[in-house]
Amino acid sequence: MSANNNRRSFLTASATMAAGAGFIAIAPGISLIEVSHARPAGEAASKANRWGMLIDSNKCTAGCDACVKACSTENRINEQVADPRQRSQWIRKIDIKDKASGRQHSLPMMCQHCAEPPCVDVCPTGASMKRADGIVLVDRHICIGCRYCMMACPYKARSFVHQPLTEQNPEVPRGIGCVESCTLCVHRVDKGQLPACVEACTEGAMLFGDLADPNSEISRRIAQEATTQVRADLKLNPGVRYQGI
Amino acid sequence: MSRAFAFVATLLLAWPMMQSAHAGGVPKPSILIESPGTQCVAPPAEIRRNHMEMLKHQRNLTLREGVRGGKVSLNGCIECHASKKTGSVIGSNDNFCQSCHAYAAVKLDCWDCHQPKTGKAMPTSAAEAKP
Amino acid sequence: MTTILSARADTPKFWLLAAIGALVSAIGIGAALYMEHHGHSVTGMNNQIVWGLPHVFAIFLVVAASGVLNVASIGSVFGKTVYKTRGMLAGLLCFAMLAAGLVVILLDLGRADRIMVAATHVNITSVFGWNMILYPGMFGIVVVYLWTLMEKRMYPFSKPAGFAAFIWRLMLTTGTGSIFGFLVTRQAYQSAVIAPMFIIMSFAWGMAVFMIVQKAMYRWNGMTLHPQIRARLKNLLAVFVGAVFYFVAIYHLTNLYFARQVEFERFILLDGGIFPLLFWGGWFVLGTVLPLILIFTPALSKMSGSVTLASLFVIVGAFCQLYVFIIGGEAFPLDIFPGMTTSSSFFDGQVDQYSPALPEWLLGIGGLGIAFTMVVVGVRVLKFLPEDNIAKLQASGALAD
Repeated sequence: MSANNNRRSFLTASATMAAGAGFIAIAPGISLIEVSHARPAGEAASKANRWGMLIDSNKCTAGCDACVKACSTENRINEQVADPRQRSQWIRKIDIKDKASGRQHSLPMMCQHCAEPPCVDVCPTGASMKRADGIVLVDRHICIGCRYCMMACPYKARSFVHQPLTEQNPEVPRGIGCVESCTLCVHRVDKGQLPACVEACTEGAMLFGDLADPNSEISRRIAQEATTQVRADLKLNPGVRYQGI
Repeated sequence: MSRAFAFVATLLLAWPMMQSAHAGGVPKPSILIESPGTQCVAPPAEIRRNHMEMLKHQRNLTLREGVRGGKVSLNGCIECHASKKTGSVIGSNDNFCQSCHAYAAVKLDCWDCHQPKTGKAMPTSAAEAKP
Repeated sequence: MTTILSARADTPKFWLLAAIGALVSAIGIGAALYMEHHGHSVTGMNNQIVWGLPHVFAIFLVVAASGVLNVASIGSVFGKTVYKTRGMLAGLLCFAMLAAGLVVILLDLGRADRIMVAATHVNITSVFGWNMILYPGMFGIVVVYLWTLMEKRMYPFSKPAGFAAFIWRLMLTTGTGSIFGFLVTRQAYQSAVIAPMFIIMSFAWGMAVFMIVQKAMYRWNGMTLHPQIRARLKNLLAVFVGAVFYFVAIYHLTNLYFARQVEFERFILLDGGIFPLLFWGGWFVLGTVLPLILIFTPALSKMSGSVTLASLFVIVGAFCQLYVFIIGGEAFPLDIFPGMTTSSSFFDGQVDQYSPALPEWLLGIGGLGIAFTMVVVGVRVLKFLPEDNIAKLQASGALAD
């Protein structure tokens, strides 16, 4: 490492080593070989990957919100908001009941990281964007806070920050007047870690992985088992897939 | 005629104020380097002139293309330059970013979204997660 | 041709009106600064009703701005002398309302300070992005058009300029309607009929605004509108109001036919609380039926002020209609899981209760104030008063003797 490269690259390198060495425990007694590797410093996100998730609603318990809590902690979505309708929610638990059969179940809902994201289409400035590896993000540097993306999102996945914020995670900038949503924990994924919600799910209901890699666990399961895209009729090709809906 | 007179009178009245401004009415900011001896990513003269362009370039690389671990980093600035007392680069005219920006009267936009304190000065995620 | 210079004699009244307009505008801008400082937490808007009352005002202003120019187009493009006289006033109203509407939309942005970002980064797939091009273009075309109408040497160019304005404003209102029409997500929108509906709404609302402003200016100058011209203008207003009714009916009838849309229609038309009330009481009765009665009942329509009253009702109806369309469309929950009921801490599956806060009202009304001030100052400094040369009109056969 050249002397020119400072502490930042050292940090990145150590993260790489930690991730490279590791197996991630997804539940007591079960561990999974690391799904992604930290990208080396200076390398851009690649089209060769498409990050996604498979959520098994059969394993998801109503009333459990471990994923939601983990998200709030990781991304510091913990500000006091007087009107709950103005509170940001990057991930939420939805309780669903089939009108005809009465069958009930529960699942986490967040940005679906669509391949054809309507939020990106409608954004007037290009702040709403999709990274090469399929992660949909808001570039807050050029977000003007028009909320058109919130009008366009079929999943109600986006929130608007209604007040000044001060307690942000240094790795997760977010602030007043901009729209925001689940980043798929991009700051963790780039280091080779799992999104906070996936790591926190003790039921093993959430699987994170690379949809572009046919040998990944997520791709193999999607190839073999029945999975659902929410609002598949809109043909948005979401990166988050569900089972048990 | 009367307009010309008013103009001259205004000039005369304003003269002492303009003088005092030149005579150092607004003190130059004192930039406190908290960690002397460490190496910045570029010489001070270049940083002073171009830090905004450097950060803008890096922000686009990092956010839009996903390039991590670049030489330039806003969090990197904070790690070295945050006040030892408050752990922040803003909040007081003695603190690194604010000192110059107050002097130059340039609005700071970064800190509406970015955390101006060092990671060390913030409570860690793990500690918060414990109920 | 006799020239009555508009309102020069009435200086104190002018200053009073200008001061009222400036005050209302200033209060509106103050409200926006307050929202800017505290964030949108001081408004009634939230993560489900993301566009609120300011957007109702702004979209009314922008749509009416486009429509008011219709009066000018009939003159310049279709060569009707009676309308040609009114082209300049129509151009001024268009400019003023477009500017005011844009100010309201821009001041409501979460980051209103990033107006330059909005101007320099345009995403071409965004309907908003298209509008970022259409609005400035409209200003330019209106200014050139007004120039060709007011400067004698430019008269020959008034027809092509008028034609450009005619085409451009059809595109502009298509763009405004398409902001909603291209939204596949929400049940209230995603319909191709919305763009033409917005165009016809613009005709009606613009005409209504024009009639009221013209009436005020005439009264100010002690003039009366020739009865035949009045009859022609009021009938045109009625045609537009009827056409809006047709489009709204088609929009709701198609929805009622689609099983997946029935629940939404029931909400808007029947059991959605404020929304059916505003739809039937506000848009249908006040904004459609009453104006038509006022215009077409001979005894009523002959009464002085009846056309102005009808125009006023059309505008009230317009606000009700936009409130139902924008707020009602957002209040109805997204159907994320068709065939299922949903509930969550994020209010999934619930109808949102929105009540606009004071800053939103002030910002919206401030927008009206900005348009009002610009018009008051405009008619004062330049000659915008529509004056008909009755003798000439009669000689040419445009008016009966």
